[in-house]
Amino acid sequence: MSQLAASGPSAYWYMTRSTGAVALVLLTVAVALGVADVQRWSTQRWPRFLVDSLHRNVSLLAMVFLVGHILTSVLDSFAPISLGDALIPFAGAYRPFWLGLGTMSFDLLLAVMVTSLLRQRVGYASWRLIHWLTYASWPIALLHGFGTGSDVKNGGWLLASSVGCLAVVLAALLARVLSSWHANVVLRGAAVGGAGAFSLFLALWLPGGPLGSEWARRSGTPSSLLVHSHAGSRGSRR
Amino acid sequence: MSSPLPMMSDEQPMARPDAPPALPRLLAGIPPEGAMTLDEHIAVHGPPPVVRGEGRRRDRERAGALIDEIERAGLLGRGGGAFPTAIKMRAVAGSRGRAIVVANGAEGEPASLKDRALLEALPHLVLDGGALAARAVAADELIICVCESADAGIEGVACAIEERRHSPRYSDFDRSASPRLTTVPGHYVAGQESALVNHLGGGPAIPTFTPPMAFERGVRRRPTLVDNVETLAHIALIARHGAPWFRRVGTPTQPGSALVTLSGPVAYPGVYEIEHGASLASLVEAAGGFTARARAALVGGYAGAWVGGERLRGLALSNEHLAPHGASLGPGVVLLLSEEACPVAETVRVACWLAGQSTRQCGPCAHGLDALAASLQELASGGPQAPAARRIDRLASLVQGRGACGHPDGAVKLALSGLETFAGEFDDHARHGPCDLCARAPELPLPVRPVGATPARKAVARS
Amino acid sequence: MSHRVRVNPIDCEAHGMCAELLPERITLDEWGYPLVDEAPLDGVLVEHAIRAARACPTLALLVERERSRRRA
Repeated sequence: MSQLAASGPSAYWYMTRSTGAVALVLLTVAVALGVADVQRWSTQRWPRFLVDSLHRNVSLLAMVFLVGHILTSVLDSFAPISLGDALIPFAGAYRPFWLGLGTMSFDLLLAVMVTSLLRQRVGYASWRLIHWLTYASWPIALLHGFGTGSDVKNGGWLLASSVGCLAVVLAALLARVLSSWHANVVLRGAAVGGAGAFSLFLALWLPGGPLGSEWARRSGTPSSLLVHSHAGSRGSRR
Repeated sequence: MSSPLPMMSDEQPMARPDAPPALPRLLAGIPPEGAMTLDEHIAVHGPPPVVRGEGRRRDRERAGALIDEIERAGLLGRGGGAFPTAIKMRAVAGSRGRAIVVANGAEGEPASLKDRALLEALPHLVLDGGALAARAVAADELIICVCESADAGIEGVACAIEERRHSPRYSDFDRSASPRLTTVPGHYVAGQESALVNHLGGGPAIPTFTPPMAFERGVRRRPTLVDNVETLAHIALIARHGAPWFRRVGTPTQPGSALVTLSGPVAYPGVYEIEHGASLASLVEAAGGFTARARAALVGGYAGAWVGGERLRGLALSNEHLAPHGASLGPGVVLLLSEEACPVAETVRVACWLAGQSTRQCGPCAHGLDALAASLQELASGGPQAPAARRIDRLASLVQGRGACGHPDGAVKLALSGLETFAGEFDDHARHGPCDLCARAPELPLPVRPVGATPARKAVARS
Repeated sequence: MSHRVRVNPIDCEAHGMCAELLPERITLDEWGYPLVDEAPLDGVLVEHAIRAARACPTLALLVERERSRRRA
């Protein structure tokens, strides 16, 4: 078993993982609500302004959890993640690429959030343009979760949650694309194709990647943090 | 119209024996073909009313004095809106920033030819007026807008600009705002003030949301004076002859002369200069008389109103005389409809065309005008009358005032006017379907003019 | 100083949130576009109007302050 002697995982470490997981779920809900919003979905109990407000509020809540996720990961003493890593991607010491993806996703969302809060000053056209970045931010966040999350393999709950979120986002995307299929056929076809390719990539990559052996080492965990268990295959800290 | 424009003046009011004839004014000395040269222009109208070599301060005083004179003359805009020109000029002069003057010769109204006529035959009048207006509002740019399909007009203006550049007196006159020529697409609303400003700013020639109006923030965010080319031509003459002279013809509320395009069953359809208040009968006489009986006249163009039957007899062409008939002179268009045409079919055709000319930026206009045309078509082809008539009534109130420009209002006005003026004929059609005249070749001119591309996001939402 | 509500008909894409949030002044026509009562807003209605303006997805709803008339 792992050799962690006196120091067990700190509270921050648990918090960073949980806030990250919750943030992904919230972002997924935000995407679903966003599609419902733009599709003008409404019922007697769910008027348009409610769907729209919920979308905005869930997105803000997701940002709150994201900020918590970032702060706790910085405060956690195990992995060498600095505050700069939160804003500047790919420059860190800990799994630079996979962490950097998270940073990138957060940066995109930050742009969306700021322009959304200042929508009336920024104007509709500019706001709408930047808002498209959310479609990039989500899959990048998911990859970040798979790449850095040490729980993907263990326990399975994070894997299940992530796959569940992916299913919801794919469904939302399909609903968005299929509604006025005849308009912008090329763009919509590309969106469906991209989503399909992304899912296929995950299906092929996960087993040999994060779910495979020695992922911690392969993903760029600093060697000083790696603990070789007797079993030899669990690269992550336990 | 390919033939040279007949340039006849209307009958003159009682004049003193030694006084110069009251009319023609704008059309005075118009050459039978081509454009009036600069020399001919000076010979007929005299030198430009500015003394060369005077200091700048003198110019500014003259500029203020010109606006005052235009106000005394009571000049109203000749593009259709009949807005007091002096008020617009003062508004531009009083706005912050360096002004721009735009001469609007877009003339998207299909039956109107007067602006083309001015630009192709009398460009110096327009350029004079533009230069004077530019001084009056302290503008440093003068843009002459011509419809892209008006080749003769484009040539006329281009040559005139060249002539002035080579004349020392005129290049001095124009110096504060050298004129430049631009073409404009030919669809119906392209000449609307905000659409024109949009186009000149590099965008599509479709209306924008106002305020801010052009006079405070127009082309390149600068205060912009947009005047119809005929308005500027009048300014050129008012500056030379003064307000009392201008008021010698016309009516007290609508002084001066105006260019009118007359079309339909007359011997010589074309552009005529009348004094406001002249009778339709005298205009027709000047145009060589009727070639067939006229059953109605569409006054004011396709955003105007029908005047039918007996009411044509004593009709006088000024807004105060037309108002009781629900009409106004608009851009000076009078379309006569002969008894050989079906007024119902023509009204439906125009309504469909107007719906097609919507830029579809505003939902109520796009949906409303489509529904209006469809309902009129139902009435014309013998459908159940009551539902269609009710729908048209509802549409009228639903559409008016809810667009960014006046296009939907004009279309509604035309439709309602047609229904009222031709109530009997519409009734017949509703009961018995299309009449014998419906199949005849249409009389009212409706060109194919595709509306410029609208930005994708403005696509009308699903209803 | 009263306020009024106005719609930019070009930006409006008939989402209809304004009618939900300010039914006292806005109803929808048969195509989903807003019919605005231009009567002045007072008191708490102004807050609702501002909320509706913020909610409009295309920022087509405008809350305007009545311009004070200056002497010419």
